[in-house]
Amino acid sequence: MSKPPRNVTQLPTGGRAVAPPGTEAIALPRPDVADKRIRLFHLLLKDRFASVAALILVVVGLTALFGPTLMGDLATRQDLSATNRPPFSFADGWAFILGSDSLGRSMVARLVVATQTTLSVALPAVGISLVIGSLWGVWAGYHRGIRETISMRIADVVMSFPSLLLAVVILYVFSPSAANIVLILAVTRIPIYLRTARAESAELQSRTFVDAARTFGTKPNAIIRRHVIPVVLPTLLTLATLEFCYVMLAESSLSFLGIGIQPPDVSWGLMVAQGRQYLQTAWWLSFFPGLAIVVTTVAANVLAAWLRIATDPAQRWRLTLPRKRMIMRIPAKEIQ
Amino acid sequence: MSTHTQSVSTAREDLTENEVVLRVTGLDVDIRTPKGVLRAVNNVSFEARAGRTLALLGESGCGKSMTAKAVAGLLDPVADVTGGTVVLNGTDLAALSPKQRLKYAGPELGIVFQDALTALNPVYTVGTQLSEAFRIHQKLSAKAAKVKAIELMRHVGIPEPESRVDSFPHQFSGGMRQRILIAMAVALNPRLLIADEPTTALDVTVQAQIMKLLRDLRTESHLAVVLITHDLALVAEEADTVAVMYAGNVVETGPVREVFGSPKHPYTRGLLDSVPADVGRGADLNSIAGSPPELHRIPEGCVYQSRCPVVQDVCRAIRPALEAEGAGRTVACHFALTTASKELDHV
Amino acid sequence: MLTFLRRRILSSALPLLVVILGVFALARLTGNPASLYLPLNATEQMRADFTEKNGLDNPIWVQMAEYFGGVLRLDFGESLRTGESAAAMALRAFPATLQLAGTTMLLAVVLAVIVGSWAALKPNGIADRISSFISMAAASVPDFWLAIMGIWVFAITLGWLPTSGVGGLDAWVLPILTLLLRPFGVLVQIVRGAMVSSLSEPYIKLARSKGASEFRVVTRHALRNAAAPALTVAGDLAVGLVNGAVVVESIFGWPGIGKLMIDSILQRDFAVLQAAVLLTAISIFILNILIDLGYAGLDARVRPTGKPRKASKTGKATAAPAKERKLHVQTTP
Repeated sequence: MSKPPRNVTQLPTGGRAVAPPGTEAIALPRPDVADKRIRLFHLLLKDRFASVAALILVVVGLTALFGPTLMGDLATRQDLSATNRPPFSFADGWAFILGSDSLGRSMVARLVVATQTTLSVALPAVGISLVIGSLWGVWAGYHRGIRETISMRIADVVMSFPSLLLAVVILYVFSPSAANIVLILAVTRIPIYLRTARAESAELQSRTFVDAARTFGTKPNAIIRRHVIPVVLPTLLTLATLEFCYVMLAESSLSFLGIGIQPPDVSWGLMVAQGRQYLQTAWWLSFFPGLAIVVTTVAANVLAAWLRIATDPAQRWRLTLPRKRMIMRIPAKEIQ
Repeated sequence: MSTHTQSVSTAREDLTENEVVLRVTGLDVDIRTPKGVLRAVNNVSFEARAGRTLALLGESGCGKSMTAKAVAGLLDPVADVTGGTVVLNGTDLAALSPKQRLKYAGPELGIVFQDALTALNPVYTVGTQLSEAFRIHQKLSAKAAKVKAIELMRHVGIPEPESRVDSFPHQFSGGMRQRILIAMAVALNPRLLIADEPTTALDVTVQAQIMKLLRDLRTESHLAVVLITHDLALVAEEADTVAVMYAGNVVETGPVREVFGSPKHPYTRGLLDSVPADVGRGADLNSIAGSPPELHRIPEGCVYQSRCPVVQDVCRAIRPALEAEGAGRTVACHFALTTASKELDHV
Repeated sequence: MLTFLRRRILSSALPLLVVILGVFALARLTGNPASLYLPLNATEQMRADFTEKNGLDNPIWVQMAEYFGGVLRLDFGESLRTGESAAAMALRAFPATLQLAGTTMLLAVVLAVIVGSWAALKPNGIADRISSFISMAAASVPDFWLAIMGIWVFAITLGWLPTSGVGGLDAWVLPILTLLLRPFGVLVQIVRGAMVSSLSEPYIKLARSKGASEFRVVTRHALRNAAAPALTVAGDLAVGLVNGAVVVESIFGWPGIGKLMIDSILQRDFAVLQAAVLLTAISIFILNILIDLGYAGLDARVRPTGKPRKASKTGKATAAPAKERKLHVQTTP
């Protein structure tokens, strides 16, 4: 047991799906993790929708990372003589291909800068809740008993209250800032991971390979680290992809309502709000930032749906079928 | 059951003992799967007579349940009847549309399912579910149907039916649930009762009670019973005639006593030999070597060729048809066994 | 039934208690609550007066007792803007939200049942595709953007509908459509999934064997069994509708509790915000109990005389309810 079997990650997280007919026929060999990543990547390339979705997310990520630097001061440079320029006109150069806002600033540049703000709220919020919620849930599920009961009670309490309401109160008391928004979103989403991780870990801790580790005298924390987390991780990462959508939408809502990101900072949701009063004359001010949100969330949703199948050994065979329409659909039963 | 009254279920005047009620001829059932269309039931023929029990005997997956569902019109959406006739009292059910069939389901044909707990709807009281047949076919009021339901419960031996009629299925024991299921099947005095492994999920003692109930019902109303089972002992005890199925095909039919006394198909013989009777302690149990072919790998020629101890070249080329072999018996084998043929004993 | 109800009330009351305590703690957390209740430009004298008048110099437990007394009497103080009782303002705004949310939920449930059942009967058919598309949209499209685009197209460009207000029936169209998207998108998948599994249950075959028509099989047998999971999710969605109501009400100028909350935040009117939040929490508490009652009414097995299937959301028997709820949180912002 000194060297934990790596292929533990390949075990189907039990009770979820019966192996479909033909699974044994294409049962894949169990290579190490690096190999697995490559195979996952190949599987991704074979799926048109998922590949496009992944590509979009990469572009959004790169934009957030390098975009603002490339844009320089373009996003803040006002030109009151050329306000609300309509989009799709090359007359003013590529920066104004999507038009300009009420202060004559380039929409493209502002969208790029907003990408960074939006992601710099969404990613940390998802990351924090993923790490805390997962570890907490795995711990609670492994030990069961009172630790589990109390943890689940806490999750129930947080979840039984509309998250926006919670955010509203907290952002009233503490002033709205990016850090506070991240904190609130992270706290309100921790129960999601907590519940999932607990359920999976409670199931795993009764499995034979965990029992085996226990009989060798492995400490609980080591068992959790080596045997439980690797198995639960794919599920949690899929969940995190889905949660990214939720958190992004939540941040946009808060910013739209005026209790999220505050000017002069700019996020997609805030841009929609700012464009709202010019709806009659300049629809593009609200349209494009909203479209950016939709495209990003749809991409994340598609990728999450694909990940759900691809990381589940009992379902991966589906991706090897010639037609892949089912990937677009998230079968309700599987979400459950 | 001592509580039987003749008030509910009186014998149908239009039925005489031993009259053919159901005649299935050349029934084919195909299943559409991702691997293509599979033949689950192939050219199956049998008949069921009033007041008699026909057993469809075979291992799980041999197509016996599929046959029953095809007769009852309850096939899953992926399965279709693609050939043959199912004549129930002069009407070919296979030729009817699903909508036309509705008026036969209940008054002409009842079916008892295997697992009463899942077969009963968990959200309705048993009274509501028992009433449903009367509500649908006799257009009775809820009140009148409930009275009928209570009578029916008493008839199948459920104690205190007046107080239990408003209970939910999960509040009954397994045996009582099975009785309720049987009550539903015979509610409208059908001519034909299909019992799909009716006792598999039950304790042995309860099994005997349920079989007795079925027997009583059969006798008192001249029911034709089709008993689907894999239990040889049950067939020997309960059935008058038997049709042995293997890999979707009927391989042998005839009166139970004769078929079990002198099996003519090697498969029937193998089945009977695997019953551990007269086997001393420590002796090996007989079993048929190999396993039945999967549906998409059913060979040309005889379906039993891969496991047959007397297989010849002709068996691999030509599938034997079900042919008359003595009085009231048929067998599908090129080399129908003579009585107690010894060449099998060493297998 | 009573013990069952008592247990459910107690477990639903815990979140309510936490919210009430939380609001109190938050108000005290930032130092002097006077800075929350009073305008930003309040003088020192005003602060001192406020502190004394509201007993903020008393020990914390005395303040807490008074606060709880106030909550019980629905007395949350006065509005800074109007001087009116905060509770009265919240209660006055409440029916507008209830109408909006109630109509939306009703529509969402009816539509989801119809489209979801249809989709379940014909997998990969038109209804199935429509429901998949809407579900994806519900999980991806921000409601505020949808509302604004709706205003742009139908109110500004086409001029068919008003941009805001509560006038005639046409004023309801855009708010309800916006609010409808999410609960419908989630519910239709739930109904579809529940119907697919329910239609494959043996009791459906039993109903068919009794000669039940297709319509009867779907409505009486399959749908009735699919109702319980759908109801659980519908309840959670109704709670989530509060989120949507805040956004939709403030865009369409709907004088409901959501708009009241946003207005009182932007104008820093803490008493009103507190009243609105606590009133919402109380109504969610009541809603949860109603849902539990409905659930018990739908499925005899959860009643205390049967096996307590949904008895506890924690402990050993939690797998099913926990997964049910997991679904809601993934898809309902």
